[in-house]
Amino acid sequence: MATVEVPYQETVPLHHPKTWIGKYIFSQDHKIIAVQYGITAMAVGLVALILSEFMRLQIAFPGWEFMNFFTADHYYQAITMHGMIMVIYLLTAFLLGAFGNFCVPLMCGARDMVFPFVNMLSYWVYLLSVIILMISYFVPGGPTGAGWTLYPPQTITPGTPGVDWGIATMLISLAVFIVAFTMGGLNYITTILQARTRGLTLMRMPLTVWGIFIATFLGLIAFPALFVSAVMMLLDKFLKTSFFMPAIVSLGSKLEYSGGQPLLFQHLFWFFGHPEVYIVALPAFGVISDLISVHARKNIFGYRMMVWAIVAIGALSLIVWAHHMYVAGMHPSFGFFFATTTLIIAVPTALKVYNWILTLWRANIRITVPMLFALAFVLTFIVGGITGLFLGNVIIDIPLSDTYFVVAHFHMVMGVSPILAIFGGIYHWYPKLTGRMLNDTIGRIHFYFTFIGTYAIYFPMHYLGFIGVPRRYYETGISEFYPVAAHNLNKFITIAALIVGVSQILFIFNLVHSYFKGKKAPANPWGANSLEWCTPETPPRHGNWEDRLPTVHRWAYDFGVPGEEKDHIPQTVPRRKAS
Amino acid sequence: MTDTTLSTQESIFTSTARDWSSDMTTFKGVPWGKAMMWIFLLSDTFIFTCFLVGYMVMRMTVTEAWPVASEVFALTVWGVSVPLLLIAIMTFILITSSGTMAMAVNMGYQRRKWAVFWLMLATALLGASFVGMQCYEWSKLIIDEGIRPWGYAENHDLGAPQFGSIFFMVTGFHGLHVSVGVIYLITVAIRVVRGKYDHTNFEIVEITGLYWHFVDLVWVFIFAFFYLW
Repeated sequence: MATVEVPYQETVPLHHPKTWIGKYIFSQDHKIIAVQYGITAMAVGLVALILSEFMRLQIAFPGWEFMNFFTADHYYQAITMHGMIMVIYLLTAFLLGAFGNFCVPLMCGARDMVFPFVNMLSYWVYLLSVIILMISYFVPGGPTGAGWTLYPPQTITPGTPGVDWGIATMLISLAVFIVAFTMGGLNYITTILQARTRGLTLMRMPLTVWGIFIATFLGLIAFPALFVSAVMMLLDKFLKTSFFMPAIVSLGSKLEYSGGQPLLFQHLFWFFGHPEVYIVALPAFGVISDLISVHARKNIFGYRMMVWAIVAIGALSLIVWAHHMYVAGMHPSFGFFFATTTLIIAVPTALKVYNWILTLWRANIRITVPMLFALAFVLTFIVGGITGLFLGNVIIDIPLSDTYFVVAHFHMVMGVSPILAIFGGIYHWYPKLTGRMLNDTIGRIHFYFTFIGTYAIYFPMHYLGFIGVPRRYYETGISEFYPVAAHNLNKFITIAALIVGVSQILFIFNLVHSYFKGKKAPANPWGANSLEWCTPETPPRHGNWEDRLPTVHRWAYDFGVPGEEKDHIPQTVPRRKAS
Repeated sequence: MTDTTLSTQESIFTSTARDWSSDMTTFKGVPWGKAMMWIFLLSDTFIFTCFLVGYMVMRMTVTEAWPVASEVFALTVWGVSVPLLLIAIMTFILITSSGTMAMAVNMGYQRRKWAVFWLMLATALLGASFVGMQCYEWSKLIIDEGIRPWGYAENHDLGAPQFGSIFFMVTGFHGLHVSVGVIYLITVAIRVVRGKYDHTNFEIVEITGLYWHFVDLVWVFIFAFFYLW
C-alpha cells in the first residue's frame, strides 16, 4: 500500500489578489478565466453568426437591392471568416477555454489550475488572436476570402480577396491562437494528471473531464501542423518561397514561384483539421454524457466503455485526415486506407450513442432545459454521423464533394451538435457559476427555436446536395441543372436561419437578466454527484474548497442506487462497509 | 508470499498500471512543472516533425536537382575544402553543452548553487556560440554561395529553389529555440543563486535541462536530414 499522500495543493497557500483588477480583469482564478473565455468566444461567435445571415440572404435573394453592398468578394470573405471563427475561435475556445477552465479544477477537486498565471496568459493571448483576426476587416483589401481551408495556390494568388493583408492577419492570428491554446492545454492536462484530489482516480473522473483531457491532448499534437503550415504559407506570401506554390500563370503573367507542392498544405492542414473535429466533439461528448446521466437520474451506461471509446476516437482521429482530400488529386490508393480508418472510427462513436440511449432507457427522465439540449444533441449527432458514413466512402464522396450535402453534414455534426452541447452545458452549470438559476420558460422557448430551426436549415441542405447544388457559390442563376425548387428551398432555409439567428437574443437576454434578477440557486439544483456541486459556497470562491480538499469515495454516477434513501449520492459520501 | 514481496517483484506493467489507476497524481513524485515541460516537449516534437516531413516531401517532389550537401556546406581551410567542418564543430559544441547541462542538474540535486550557476552559464555560452556559428554559416551561404530563402542569387543556380527556403526555415526555427534556451538558462541560473528556489528541490534545473536536451536532440535529426542526406 502506498503511504498516505497529501495533495500538493493543500500544502501551498493560495495567493489571493487584493485589487478589483486583480480579481476580475487580470484574474488568475480559473472560474473568472472561464467566463472571460466564454464571453469573448460568444462575442466573436455572434460576428460569425451575422456573417452567415448575410451569406444566406445573398443565396436566397440574389440581386435584392438591400444586398447590393454585399459583393462576391464580401461573400467569400464572409464564408472564410464564418468558418474559421466558428471552428476555432468559438467552438474550440468555448469547449476547452470556457468549459475546460471551469470544469477541470472543480471536477478534479483542485483549488485552481496548476499554473494559474500561465492560464491567465492563455486567455489574454487568445484575446490578442481574436483582435488580430478582427483587424482583418480594417486592413486594405479586407480579410482573406480563400475559404476556411485556405488552400494554396489560390489563397495567395492575386485575385483572391484579401490576398495582400487579410491572409497575413489570418495566419498570424492562427499562430497566436495556437500559442494561447498550448498554454491553456498544458495546464488542463497537467491538472488532470497531477492535481486530482484524494480518492479521485482517473476511472472515477466525470466523463466531461475525460473528454476535455483527450481533446486537449489531441489539440497539443494536431495544432502544431496548423502552426507549421501557417508559417510556411506566410513565408510563401512574404518571402516568395515556394513550399506550396507551383509554377503558375496568373492573370496573364508568370508568378515568381516554382516547384511547390500544394498537396503538402492540404495534408498538414487536415492533419490538424480532422483531429480538430474531435477536439470540438470530445468535450461535447463528455458534457452530454454527464447531462444525460444527471437529468435521467441514472448512472451512465458502460462508463468504462465510454472512457475507452473517447480514447479510441482520439487515437483514430489522427489517422483519418485524408478523407477530406479524396478529390484533391492524391494517390487513389490512399483513399482506400483513409476510408477504412474513417469507417472504423464510427464504431466507438456509435458505441457512445448506444450508451447514451441505453442510459435513457427506463430512466427517470426529467425534461429540464439542459436535458432538452442533451437529447437534441444525441439526435443531431446521429443525423450528422450517418451522413458522415456517406462522405467517408470514396465512391459516394466523389459526387457529393463540394455540394450542400457536405455543408449539411458538417454543420449537423460539427456546428449544431457542439453548439447544443454548449447551450446544454451553460444551462446546466450557470447556477453554479453565478449562484442564480436561468429563466426556465425563456430557456425552453430558446431551445425549441434553436433545435427546430437548425433542422429547418440543415435538413433541406441534404436534398440540395443530392441534386448537385455546389457550395460556396455567390450566385447560381436559373438553369436546367438548378430547378426552381432549389431556389425556393434556399429562400426557406434563409428565413429559418434568420429566425434562429434572432432567437439567440433570447439566450443572451436570459444570461444577462438572470444574472441580476434570476432566482437564487441552491447549491445542487439538479441533484448531481460530481465534485463541482459539493463546493462549500455557491458560486465557489477563489480556491474553491475549505482548507482541506474534498475526498472522493465513488464515481460521479451513483443515481438511484438500490437500497439507498436518496436518489443520488455525491462523490464525497463514503461508501458503506460491505456487509 | 506476503504482499510486500509481491510488490517488490512486480513487473513494470503492474507498477505502471497501478500508478495510472491511483488517485491524486499519475506520475508519482513528478513536480507539476516537470510534467508540464514533458507535455510541452511532446507538442513541440510535432512542430519539428511537421517541418521535417515538409522537408522530406520537398526532397521527394521537386523536379530540379537538390544541391549536394557536402559541397554547399564545405569550409575552405588553408586552401583545402573540408566538407561539413563547421557543422561538425557546431554539433560537437551543442552535444558538449548537453553534458554541462547534465552536470548542472546533478549539482542542483546536491544543492550546490554556485556550481549550478557556473555550469548553466557554461551551457548558455556554448549555446550562444552555437547560434553565433549558425549566423556565420548563414551569412556564408547567403553572401558566398548566393543562396536565398526564395531561391538563388543571379549566377548561383544550384538547382531546386526549395533548398534555401526549407534550410533557412528549419535551422532558423531551431536557432530560435536555442536562443530562447540561452535566455531561459541565464534567467534560471541567476534566480538559482539569488535563492528563489531554495524552498524547492531545484527541480527547475532539471526542467530547464529537459528543454535543453530536447533542443539538442532535435539538432541531431536536423543534422542528419540536412547535412548527411
